[in-house]
Amino acid sequence: MRYYGRKLAFYAVALWAAVTLNFFIPRLLPGNPVDILMAKLQQRGGSIDPSVRRTYELLLGSNSRESLWSQYVAYLGNTVHGNLGTSVSAFPAKVSDVIAQSLPWTIVLVGIATVISFVLGIVLGIVVGWRRGSWLDSLVPATTVLAAVPYFWLALILVALLSSTLHLFPIMGGYDVYFTPGLNWEFLRSAGYYGVLPALTIVVSSVGGWLLGMRNMMVSTTSEDYILTAEAKGLRPRRIMMRYAARNAVLPSVAGFAISLGFVVSGAIVTEQVFSYPGIGSKLLQAVQNNDYALMQGIFLVITVAVLGANLLVDLLYGIIDPRTRADS
Amino acid sequence: MTNLSPTTESIAEPPLQSGPGAGAAARRHPHVSGWRAMLPRWSPKLGFGLGLVTVIALFGVIGPIFVGDPSAINNIGLTPPGNGHLVGTTQTGQDVFAQLTHATRGSLKIGLLVGVMATALSAFFGIIGGYVGGVVDEAFSLFSNVMLVIPGLPLVIVISAFVPAAQRGSSMIAVILAITGWAASSRVLRAQTLSLRNRDYVAAARVAGEKPWRVVTVEILPNLLPVLASQFVFAVIFAILAEAGLSFLGLGASNSSTLGTMLYYAQNGFALQRGAWWWFVPPGAIIALFGCGLSLINFSIDEIINPKLRTEPRKRAARRGVAS
Repeated sequence: MRYYGRKLAFYAVALWAAVTLNFFIPRLLPGNPVDILMAKLQQRGGSIDPSVRRTYELLLGSNSRESLWSQYVAYLGNTVHGNLGTSVSAFPAKVSDVIAQSLPWTIVLVGIATVISFVLGIVLGIVVGWRRGSWLDSLVPATTVLAAVPYFWLALILVALLSSTLHLFPIMGGYDVYFTPGLNWEFLRSAGYYGVLPALTIVVSSVGGWLLGMRNMMVSTTSEDYILTAEAKGLRPRRIMMRYAARNAVLPSVAGFAISLGFVVSGAIVTEQVFSYPGIGSKLLQAVQNNDYALMQGIFLVITVAVLGANLLVDLLYGIIDPRTRADS
Repeated sequence: MTNLSPTTESIAEPPLQSGPGAGAAARRHPHVSGWRAMLPRWSPKLGFGLGLVTVIALFGVIGPIFVGDPSAINNIGLTPPGNGHLVGTTQTGQDVFAQLTHATRGSLKIGLLVGVMATALSAFFGIIGGYVGGVVDEAFSLFSNVMLVIPGLPLVIVISAFVPAAQRGSSMIAVILAITGWAASSRVLRAQTLSLRNRDYVAAARVAGEKPWRVVTVEILPNLLPVLASQFVFAVIFAILAEAGLSFLGLGASNSSTLGTMLYYAQNGFALQRGAWWWFVPPGAIIALFGCGLSLINFSIDEIINPKLRTEPRKRAARRGVAS
């Protein structure tokens, strides 16, 4: 139980750190975002009512005499209530509504792509690590090229090859605009079809990392004594590979999920931009281009919370698959 | 930007060579000196990796001397490769080859700068925390774990967006990338330091009255060099990729020319849509090849850290082949 308590406490601290970081970044950096936002709002015909200004000031820092501490408390209150301000680029929509609209796209795309890439990388890593010294070892250097390829570059090359030249997949977007988004078969099929290429980009560029980590752990594990014992007992190689070696070797990959997920999410943001995918990554960049600071910060917060949530889930799972962690810590 | 996560998370477990230079390799070859054991063993992978990295580094360091002005505009926009322009021209007739050399230099500079800073940060938090232990360790590792789970690129994007473009210099970008990129290495270094600090030779040094800073720098640091080197290589790959992504999004340094800015201009000039592959493909390919070269070097370093990864003896491999 102590393990779970520690993990929950850690993620609570991480969440607090992210929220606080979000509060201080605009205050520490040069520029006067509140005035820019208010000017933009006026251009769009928004009314400059004091409450809007106050929300922005709490989010981005203000020139008023209010103490930093009371600003911080009020900002935390706003954040907890989901009041992240009004988006200028999607005026008059609220930031929380814009995020709610685009978040599902990213979660589904990145989620499915990450699971595919993780499973594929682990399985390939098991095989490559087990058959060490065979021709399969030449796969390893090849994956390093893939892992070092910039996501956006790969995405654009894939678009040029598979969409523009071969016309296999649509060039951009998240679904055929002919259909209305909703839970109907046509729309889902179209969304799936449009998602293939972005997902392929993410899988291709992230699978190498999983493969390499798993392969190295497999190599370390196969030289353990219990593997030798299992071989001496005359167990079938497949059984030794899966039940004895892979089961132990997979633990660091699961534990290191946090590191990799951060990279995948970062790559996915740029990938979404390339495909004009209606997810949260392209919304973030859209916000940056329009100086929509409120939306930008809201999105940063949501991405962080999502990554933290995914990691928490994996950590809780880790406690189940590796009982030692529950006992020791 | 990529999934090149430091995969050496596991290195705390395999036994590290105990004592400076008294490694397994040194034991097998008694005449090998202490420092020799720290160097990677020669392998085709290492040779290929070193070759790739050297060629690209030379291209970036010396190349710019031999080419003309990379931004000279000419009225031969989008010429295919050949005809006096080795890799063709851009939309405004600039020589792509000249641009590539300068851009490679810019990317390498950022990569090195961030690599040094991030490694220094991770060494500080990882080694000090791991060695001192107690509250300091708890605080340092909590800090680095928090930095680890907060996704890097969104943070970098938000920070860059707040800084006006005029004030966004390449050193500023380098600092931001270093701050967001050190945490994973710090964890690896901490794990390794923890396993070293309880070794007998470290205890002996402490009993002999060596000062803590001396124990860290003279007794522990040399044994961490392979790990530091491997983390440095990761940091360089990370930095080059992250900078390329940032510049591609138009959020990079305002006064620099890197492979990322080249890709940004190529994309904005619709290079791929117009079939000008020579403008778009080479910058990305250089990044990928450089990253590949560095990763191959890292394999060899990993084999020093974790001797189990060294090429399997033939006998064992053959036995496995028969068994399966």
